[in-house]
Amino acid sequence: MSNTTAHTSAAGASDKYRYYLPNEHHVENSTALGFWIYLMSDCLIFACLFAVHAVVGRSYAAGPSGAELFDLPLVAVNTSMLLLSSITYGFAMLEMQKNKVSATLGWLAITGLFGAVFIGLELYEFVHLIHEGAGPQRSAFLSSFFTLVSTHGLHVTFGIIWLITLMVQVGKYGFTAANRRRLMCLSMFWHFLDVVWIGVFTFVYLMGVLA
Amino acid sequence: MFDNLDLTKLIFGRLTWDAIPFHEPILLATFIAVAIGGVAVLGALTYFRLWGYLWREWFTSIDHKRIGIMYVILGLVMLLRGFADAVMMRAQQALSFGDNAGFLPPHHYDQVFTAHGVIMIFFVAMPLVTGLMNFVVPLQIGARDVAFPFLNNFSFWMTASGAVLVMMSLFVGEFARTGWLAYPPLSGLLYSPDVGVDYYIWSLQIAGVGTLLSGINLLATIVKMRAPGMKMMNMPVFTWTALCTNVLIVAAFPILTAVLALLSLDRYVGTNFFTNDFGGNAMMYVNLIWIWGHPEVYILVLPVFGVFSEVVATFCSKRLFGYASMVYATVVITILSYLVWLHHFFTMGSGASVNSFFGITTMIISIPTGAKIFNWLFTMYRGRIRFEVPMLWTIGFMITFVIGGMTGVLLAVPPADFVLHNSLFLIAHFHNVIIGGVLFGLMAGITYWFPKAFGYKLDSFWGKCSFWFWFIGFYFAFMPLYVLGLMGVTRRMSHFEDPSLQIWFQIAAFGAALIAIGIGCFLIQLVVSYIRRESLRDHTGDPWQGRTLEWATSSPPPAYNFAFTPVVHDNDAWWDMKKNGYVRPTDGFIAIHMPKNTGAGAILAGLSTVFGFAAIWHMWPLAILAFLSLVVATIVHTFNYKRDYHISADEVVRTEAVRTRLLAQHV
Amino acid sequence: MSPSGDIAVQQRDLIIVSTLLMLVIIVPVIILTLLFAWRYRKSNTEATYDPEWHHSTKLELMIWGAPLLIIIALGAITWISTHTLDPYRPLQRLDADRVIPADAKPLVVEVVALDWKWLFIYPEQGIAVVNELVAPVDRPISFKITASSVMNSFFVPALAGQIYAMPGMETKLHAVINKAGEYEGFSANYSGAGFSGMRFKFHGVNEADFEQWVKTAKAGDGGALGRDAYLKLEQPSNRDPVHRYASVSEDLYDAILNRCVESNRMCMKDMMAIDAQGGVAGPEGKYNIASMDAATRSRIGVDATNRKYVGAMCTVNDPLGTTASAATQPI
Repeated sequence: MSNTTAHTSAAGASDKYRYYLPNEHHVENSTALGFWIYLMSDCLIFACLFAVHAVVGRSYAAGPSGAELFDLPLVAVNTSMLLLSSITYGFAMLEMQKNKVSATLGWLAITGLFGAVFIGLELYEFVHLIHEGAGPQRSAFLSSFFTLVSTHGLHVTFGIIWLITLMVQVGKYGFTAANRRRLMCLSMFWHFLDVVWIGVFTFVYLMGVLA
Repeated sequence: MFDNLDLTKLIFGRLTWDAIPFHEPILLATFIAVAIGGVAVLGALTYFRLWGYLWREWFTSIDHKRIGIMYVILGLVMLLRGFADAVMMRAQQALSFGDNAGFLPPHHYDQVFTAHGVIMIFFVAMPLVTGLMNFVVPLQIGARDVAFPFLNNFSFWMTASGAVLVMMSLFVGEFARTGWLAYPPLSGLLYSPDVGVDYYIWSLQIAGVGTLLSGINLLATIVKMRAPGMKMMNMPVFTWTALCTNVLIVAAFPILTAVLALLSLDRYVGTNFFTNDFGGNAMMYVNLIWIWGHPEVYILVLPVFGVFSEVVATFCSKRLFGYASMVYATVVITILSYLVWLHHFFTMGSGASVNSFFGITTMIISIPTGAKIFNWLFTMYRGRIRFEVPMLWTIGFMITFVIGGMTGVLLAVPPADFVLHNSLFLIAHFHNVIIGGVLFGLMAGITYWFPKAFGYKLDSFWGKCSFWFWFIGFYFAFMPLYVLGLMGVTRRMSHFEDPSLQIWFQIAAFGAALIAIGIGCFLIQLVVSYIRRESLRDHTGDPWQGRTLEWATSSPPPAYNFAFTPVVHDNDAWWDMKKNGYVRPTDGFIAIHMPKNTGAGAILAGLSTVFGFAAIWHMWPLAILAFLSLVVATIVHTFNYKRDYHISADEVVRTEAVRTRLLAQHV
Repeated sequence: MSPSGDIAVQQRDLIIVSTLLMLVIIVPVIILTLLFAWRYRKSNTEATYDPEWHHSTKLELMIWGAPLLIIIALGAITWISTHTLDPYRPLQRLDADRVIPADAKPLVVEVVALDWKWLFIYPEQGIAVVNELVAPVDRPISFKITASSVMNSFFVPALAGQIYAMPGMETKLHAVINKAGEYEGFSANYSGAGFSGMRFKFHGVNEADFEQWVKTAKAGDGGALGRDAYLKLEQPSNRDPVHRYASVSEDLYDAILNRCVESNRMCMKDMMAIDAQGGVAGPEGKYNIASMDAATRSRIGVDATNRKYVGAMCTVNDPLGTTASAATQPI
């Protein structure tokens, strides 16, 4: 959407460059916009899963409810892991602005570690629930709980894989324009997952316990 | 240790020799025909040494024009399969009365009508519409390609991958027997334990990824890559409808992804989202699938509304009436399409107030749609109409679509729907709008832009034959269904008791035969046009006296589309340029920055096909392997930073010089 | 389009009125399309050619306004008729000329959609019928509808509109038949392999004939429809002939609706009540899955697939958990 101010002149047809640009047209890079749109579509998938949870979230099938199952202290630790990882990612981006490769990689590593702890704790919670007999097959409520939390967890897992890949790529090639864009996209992805998690622990865990 | 049986089960899952339909003569004959045809085609390609050419120039191409053409070819091939299903249904329903059971047992017939719907919507209409948008939009906005050329290639191959899985279900295993939307509990594990619904799920999920990415791609393209001076209200109407369509795609397809994922969890993990017991809720599926489903039909129809706008303006040699009104109407339709979904299940018992609300919103959508029809009408008024084939399709559309729209508004009245829901009246209605709207529009669009894509026009005699057979065939095939629906006949029946109904089905079968001839004429048209291509050659790039920027390029355009990026000042940019004495520059060409071809898209989609097949047949080790390969291949692809190159100034000079000579010879 | 029941009559009239309203727009559009196509064809050089004319506020107002007016009219008709013809709404009249007599008692029919046949239970008369529905003329009918396995749709076109039959849920339909005769009934939602055969005849008869029909069924040898007979009936079958049961358990429909015909199964209404209280904590909630044992399955004659469900709650007074499941007849 660049403009043509260089070529306005009084007479229309007589202006040689009225209808075309003689130089290379530098189109603005669309990656950030494209990734935003993808993120919004991802948001819709989560919205759908939240809607499903609103419908079947109390269908315990005479089985256990959230109040009985959810270990809120554990969830609180998990939440803090994820929130901290968002902060550390922010620090990584700040170091990127300052062009400091090692510092960026360091903060990214810490972010990945927090994310891995988050996933680990979540897997521990799942194994415990399944072992107790409260697996996703027991009731629609449990199906919805496991699906929503797992979908989020899968996204975080892919985010960690992406993060490791980017660390290798930044380590090898430095802060090229492409790598900066990729770090920016992962940043949006990571913070988005954080926001979704806030939705999860509010609507699923907190309100599930209050029911 | 492991005995043989366990190992076989591990590798092959539930795939056994029983899955091959040796005992079904129709399928066996089809397989033999397809095998012979396939061997012939593959043999010819090998004999003429075309594999290298195909791989380098087409399969790995990230050029939106090539990808658009491949989408259209995929859609047309699948049209033949989907139409074969239609012919079988019409034949069965015309024969199967009283003691005569027809030739398709319910087990087979139920797969045919499911496959017909799935293929026509997902693998005919969607690829054709996507193909047109892909080919035309970058040209219309003066861009060199879409925003994400690699993703474009990948999207195409994912759609093709879904199509491959559906086609495989014909010969290995079977397809779903649930109807095209696979309502649970029928589509759940308990009532459909076999592979059919799994084929359905995976082919749609894989193709759905392609469609969603395509939506993101075109959306970013239209927002970011318009030529300088092309403000939003200067865009061609087809680009506007493409914009709204892609907004719908991005906003609707995630829902489909989520719902199908939940259904697959019910089937693979034993969750209880849609089961009858343990708290499941089948009504939730119906709601979610239609929250996707209604925007989907607008995804199909909005682009063809855009096609008609372009075709009418061009062939009436007149500016489109009410441009602003058309744009607002399109946007209003886009938004409203999210507020009507319940009209697909008024009979589920939602209560009068809820039903009325959705009935009234459905009727409101007819207002902007009607406005569009009137605007096309008034573009024709005081124009100079040339009855080229695209214009014939347009006039056919205007007459046919309004009837379908009327029956749609009728169905939107809940008490009327209580009598007509799921009847043949409903079938007639949606075929009325999909054939009269989407298909007629696609034929118009294909005929209109064919010279741009291939450098020669389509033979108009065979085009007119195709039109008339389709048009008359449509009325013979579907008007009887309106009558049958009003008489109370329901859909998806493979056998009837009342002999007085048979005549209507026979008339409908006759209509299907006419349409078959119409399709035959279209195929002949393709062959004849190729043979006669020199006499049909488009030398100027503007065979129809077009009004929009795509007609400023040669036919076919060079890889870079425009040697110089156009600058736009008004609507109908090319018309504006022609009117004001635009002279095409013949020197001063510079090097052009272009993206490189890549095989990554085809490889990733191929791995997805393997994954889908393995998941369907419960071949767990293969599925895990395929999935891991996908992840690894994606990571490897991201290590490829060298994705572009420059077309040298010399090459641009040479390409443009050829065009200059061509134009000089044929002015 | 040849209705014999009052609801169906009103629906037919609605279809005709709506169609006529829309033809007001549609017919002129089609005529104008053909007219303009003819008049402004390129070879007709006498017609005005105005290539730059592309806007007219007056026309736009009409283009948006005329359909808007039609839709407002249709919308009003929709709102009113949807509420009047709501299947859940008890009848307000017998037909266009007659109101419902003050002493009229609606005939209650409980409908169960099975694979692939229809079961009609007449609770007041104490009989049940497969694939045959009979009702007296000019007496309001209250249908209560459910299904056993998948979604179907209960539809007798001559009588009234259709409504979905869904497992674990009850839908309602109110209708009346005004003319004696034999009418078609079927499922209007695809439900599997036997769908095409899922048809029944609906007979509108006078009161005397109706009483006679009930008496014949009661005296006949159709047997009793108890829980195990129902479980056998539930097995998939195609094109079942008409079968009239001489008696039917009082609580059978309730058990069917709440999906607890098996005596060791928890009823949905109990399950929903428990869920509203917050579910069942502890191992009782996680391991209360039951199924029908092999001996019972073979005795009743149901198939071998062992379906799991939430088990009924047993107490000291009710060791089998059957009271909560409201079983007054043993299996």
